[in-house]
Amino acid sequence: MSGPLLSVRDLRTHFLTRAGVVKAVEGVSFALDRGEILGLVGESGSGKSVTGFSLIGLVDPPGHIVGGSIRFDGQELVGLPVQELRRLRGRRIAMVFQDPAATLNPVLTIGTQMTLAVRAHDGVSERAARDLAARTLTRVGIPEAAARLDAYPHEFSGGMRQRVAIATALLHGPDLIIADEPTTALDVSIQAQILAEMRALAKESGTALIWISHDLATVSSLADRVLVMYAGRIVESGPVGAVLRAPLHPYTRGLLDSLPAMAAPGQRLNQIPGSTPSLLSLPPGCPFAPRCPRATEICRTDPPRVEPPGRLALCHHPLEAA
Amino acid sequence: MSEVLTAASVTRRFAPRITLGDRIAAALGAKVDRRPVQAVTDVSLAVRKGETLGLVGESGCGKSTLGRMLAGILPPSAGEIRLHGAAPMRGRHKTTTRIQTVFQDPYASLNPRIRIGEAIAEGPVAHGLVTRAAAPAMVADWLRRVGLDPAYATRFPHQFSGGQRQRVAIARALAMQPEVLVCDEPVASLDVSIQAQILNLFLDLRQELGLTCLFISHDLSVVRHVSDRVAVMYLGRIVEIGEAGRIYAAPRHPYTQGLLASVPKLVLSGDPAASFRPIPGELPSPLSPPAGCAFHPRCAKATDLCRQERPPLSPREDGTLVACHHA
Repeated sequence: MSGPLLSVRDLRTHFLTRAGVVKAVEGVSFALDRGEILGLVGESGSGKSVTGFSLIGLVDPPGHIVGGSIRFDGQELVGLPVQELRRLRGRRIAMVFQDPAATLNPVLTIGTQMTLAVRAHDGVSERAARDLAARTLTRVGIPEAAARLDAYPHEFSGGMRQRVAIATALLHGPDLIIADEPTTALDVSIQAQILAEMRALAKESGTALIWISHDLATVSSLADRVLVMYAGRIVESGPVGAVLRAPLHPYTRGLLDSLPAMAAPGQRLNQIPGSTPSLLSLPPGCPFAPRCPRATEICRTDPPRVEPPGRLALCHHPLEAA
Repeated sequence: MSEVLTAASVTRRFAPRITLGDRIAAALGAKVDRRPVQAVTDVSLAVRKGETLGLVGESGCGKSTLGRMLAGILPPSAGEIRLHGAAPMRGRHKTTTRIQTVFQDPYASLNPRIRIGEAIAEGPVAHGLVTRAAAPAMVADWLRRVGLDPAYATRFPHQFSGGQRQRVAIARALAMQPEVLVCDEPVASLDVSIQAQILNLFLDLRQELGLTCLFISHDLSVVRHVSDRVAVMYLGRIVEIGEAGRIYAAPRHPYTQGLLASVPKLVLSGDPAASFRPIPGELPSPLSPPAGCAFHPRCAKATDLCRQERPPLSPREDGTLVACHHA
């Protein structure tokens, strides 16, 4: 139990497309302790999901990890053979995706899928695996779990399916769960149930959680620390309360001001002008400079340098911390 | 305030399509469910001149079906939609063009093979609002008003980003000079920063044109931001309708209370656990809605009365209408 559970240094994941090299993740560094909940926020194309997929080697060609290091519990994952990665996936690092309908196999019962997942890593009997599956389903709030094991995914509602996906992720008591927009497709009342359960599960099991989301509000109600991504880079990171109370990076400020909750009803929102840049043709300096109200000459020519970790902002002109 | 667009006890049922596969399955002895789904049941409401009425609810509550009936796209199974007191879909003077719609998915609502200038001009030219000769100038004007370069008129939809496409959809709807604009989840598929731009555009144009709007969304904070009045739907019926500020500050119906409490708020300090509170249970299937009040299985205040008798939507002293025995 020495050092962080996960330590990512200068991770670079690029997609080699016909149109050019898409630098989806460009120099991402962060660390995660055991039991910590880390929120990873950003808009579409910011690289938040690709970062999550890179951690467990699930980036499909033409995407490749072209540089950097991912150390998980002391073991280097970049360059690890697929068989070795497979032994980690599902057992020590689990993933929950946005669309539970795509995660679950429609022609297998929930029980079959979950016992397969158990027996992929543990040589236990069919019966013991089913027992574990039923117990885990009960933990995520599925009533009469033993009976529901014989149901097919289509017999479950969207919220229940996502619970099954979460239960499957929990089967082996992983050290780390990576959840990619797990509540985005759900209704608010169901989202709240899942959020409350995830928070309780992370607390009681000591599982570290990376929560990838575009929604600042859910991240603020769940995470300990937050990373804000823009154009493949982490532009700001820190304790979630501190970052959202007094963001240092103009992009984080703009993202917060874009929320209707931050303005009086009917008043114009303080919008960020323009749109996210194409990753194929990023400006030479700071990628946010064309949209930034604080940008100066240096922002257009020199990329801002990464400051040491802690409270970080990738910016030549950070806002004052309150 | 005068009522522009009204729904009078509208109901909409969808009968399941019986496919060949279903028929074979039935012949082999399988049970095929032929019950119709009642998406909207006995809803009456009015959109008043110059106001924005927000319509909120979770998936399957019937908000989009109600919106499509109000827009004149979908005929009700029972009841009537009226524009200024007349049925817009009948008679010699069809007035459905007076109501225009902006949908969630700007990818699906624009024909990929038609240049966006043509897409914007098509309706107004067909209905004689503008001559073909004057159309390009009108298109340029609308593109400018929604914040796009008039030179984009010759581009195809795939050459635009999601936010730009939604701007095109808004331009196309408004070029018809509608009296009522129905927006169905217009910002749901957009990123936060783009959503803010589109909401600002909506607020600006609404003020400039004095539009009457129905704004449908599952996002409670977006609806709060744009609406004067709000209607909350649950399982095909309106459970609460009234002035937006009042409903958000002091919701009366237990479902409205639960819905508002279940949305995570931005936690800047204090206990994040207090940021939201889930509603227990799940949405019942619209195929077999619970007897009495449809919300009673999930409601903490439910009594025997709620289990047996459906509460009518009735007025309270401040003008809010609530369908609850205990609120």
